[in-house]
Amino acid sequence: MSILLDKDTTFIVQGITGREAVNLTRECLDYGSKVVGGVTPGRKGREVHGVPVFDTVAQAVEHHGGPIDGSVVTVPPAFTKDAVLEAIENGIKLIVVVTERVPRGDVAQMVELAEMRGARIIGPNCLGLIVPEVCKMGGIGGPAKDAAKAYAPGRVGVMSRSGGMTTEISSSLTAAGLGVSTAVSIGGDAIIGSTYAELMPYFEADEQTEAIVIYTEPGGRMEAQLAEWVKDNNSRLPIVAFMAGKFMDDEEMKGMSFGHAGTIVEGKEDTATEKIARLEAAGIRVVERIDEIPDVVKEKLGVAA
Amino acid sequence: MRFYEYEARKIVELAGVPVTKYGFCTSAEEARQVAEEIGGPVVIKSQVLTGGRMKAGGVKFADTPEEAAQHAEEILELEINGHMPRGVLVDPKAEVKQEYYAGVVWDGTAKKPLMLFSDMGGIDIEEVAETHPDHVGKGHVSNLLPISDFEAKQVVAATGVTGSQLNRATPILARLARLFRENDMTLAEINPLAELADGTFVALDAHMEMENEAVGRQKKLLRKELEIAEDDTRETYEPSDFERNVAAIDAADHRGVIQGKDHGFTGNLGLVIGAGGGSLTLTDAVRSQGGKPANYSEIGGNPSVAKACGLAKEVLEKDGVEKIAVMMSIVSNTRVDIVARGVIKACLELGKDPGETIAIFRIPGAWEEEGFKILDKYGVEYCDRSVSMWEAAGRAVAKIQGAPA
Repeated sequence: MSILLDKDTTFIVQGITGREAVNLTRECLDYGSKVVGGVTPGRKGREVHGVPVFDTVAQAVEHHGGPIDGSVVTVPPAFTKDAVLEAIENGIKLIVVVTERVPRGDVAQMVELAEMRGARIIGPNCLGLIVPEVCKMGGIGGPAKDAAKAYAPGRVGVMSRSGGMTTEISSSLTAAGLGVSTAVSIGGDAIIGSTYAELMPYFEADEQTEAIVIYTEPGGRMEAQLAEWVKDNNSRLPIVAFMAGKFMDDEEMKGMSFGHAGTIVEGKEDTATEKIARLEAAGIRVVERIDEIPDVVKEKLGVAA
Repeated sequence: MRFYEYEARKIVELAGVPVTKYGFCTSAEEARQVAEEIGGPVVIKSQVLTGGRMKAGGVKFADTPEEAAQHAEEILELEINGHMPRGVLVDPKAEVKQEYYAGVVWDGTAKKPLMLFSDMGGIDIEEVAETHPDHVGKGHVSNLLPISDFEAKQVVAATGVTGSQLNRATPILARLARLFRENDMTLAEINPLAELADGTFVALDAHMEMENEAVGRQKKLLRKELEIAEDDTRETYEPSDFERNVAAIDAADHRGVIQGKDHGFTGNLGLVIGAGGGSLTLTDAVRSQGGKPANYSEIGGNPSVAKACGLAKEVLEKDGVEKIAVMMSIVSNTRVDIVARGVIKACLELGKDPGETIAIFRIPGAWEEEGFKILDKYGVEYCDRSVSMWEAAGRAVAKIQGAPA
């Protein structure tokens, strides 16, 4: 099994005629994903790699002849909120927001509406999610042949604040023979649709997933929230974490953001040191080196290294 | 984006929060005039984007306009934590009966704005929350629904405040929450919110920060109301030549993105690295293994040869840089061969041997075979994904430490 996606998942691409969206559509189709439509206002009647383009999400749903499961939103920041609200109000339940630099107030509005309508948002500022050899929703892993190299089906769920590091870590798990159940690039912004703790129940319910690896960075309270969740929920899943950006704890780096918009040390709870302490206090193993991850996962699973 | 106190006061004033009759001045003469108009004891406050101005002597009291002018003259010359003041604010010295705190911040976990109120104003709210939690009221507001006064009232009442104080504070907190949402603030606080001798409430000091991503759509407030110039970006520190040059190279070509920072970095190993998370991981990996990075950088989104070359050149030309390490997490969009060509070109154009200058090249992924062929030709040491980011960083550090000084 997997989380959020399966072999039957259908989705559209909003902003499908943009340069990056055209590539992303190609990659997803090649991987076997069911891209059933695209939306770009004013471009109805065109096709992108055989995928029909519509002016509205409602037209795409009508053409499909039934509910569509998901949407990948890749429109400029000023139009992102509207695109996401349109998807939600047309019954779409899983929305991957690729766009960077969306103002926090807009993100918070889309997340609040999603909660009201029972929809889930992944991102913004993310590469989407992938179930190896089943479905890829977003640019995660790149072209199908590259994605195949890094992602083999397996037992580890991956969640990462960095899109690129989702693939780096998954590739090391694949090389170690552990494989990946579902990998989610959750996004690098201060407010995102789905945090580690919010995705944990899905992994918990997924029989294929036997362990979790998270990639994290300074800034925000997401790790504290995960630590709380672990303490409160007696999870069956061992979690291994890697924290990047320890250099940002230096005094002169305070108030500077690195890598992602949400990666900034503003208060003492934002620092790498503080987060590592919180995660460890909840029984989450935080590795020092990125290349330790596969061996530590094996140790947790009782598999010979 | 951060605001000076005089701007933050204007922002709350525009939202309907009462303020004292203050004046922003850039000369001693202006300060004298404002003090004269106010006609009584005044406070002269340095307008700087940094804390601790009271301690540094940036806040002074004056009984006469002449004294106000004298203080203004001194404060205008006074550097605080490396910042020269933009001007001074001349404010009537208020007869304060009680100080309160009103604030709104983002709660990233709840994904909603959080209203905060305390009847212990004038001090840091985090300190109050730790020592006197019963004196801090809290309440979330919706991102979508209208913000009602009763929501603010509940937060104020939670601190035990009642009577006319409750009725005066409530609309102020509600207006602060509305301005936070409407103006894309990430922080909006009034501290102290003062109850004067006559029972009225005024904002005596305010602190505002706006989300950088929203600056473009807040032009009316920023340009028209506050008259802030477009190029006045309020960075936390002055960008270095390196940072400016890299930004200029990035802006000159729309293909891909490069970024460079060297604030706080003084080492000898230049880093040409990417992408977002990869750069963070690699910078740590270099430092943890005893290396001294000369800079931080990010490559992403498939830059052109010229762009990769430009970044590498800027890094190589930094004072004290002996070698560069070219490393990224696995790439699927950025092409390995293009980055390889860019960094080799940078070495050659500066008259350096790529094989000697590039300590390690570790970028696995798209077009790697083509990239590795080029690197082979110039004798550059490279590795694929079977060598971890940690190990690659370690090899670069070992090389630079073994190099003759």
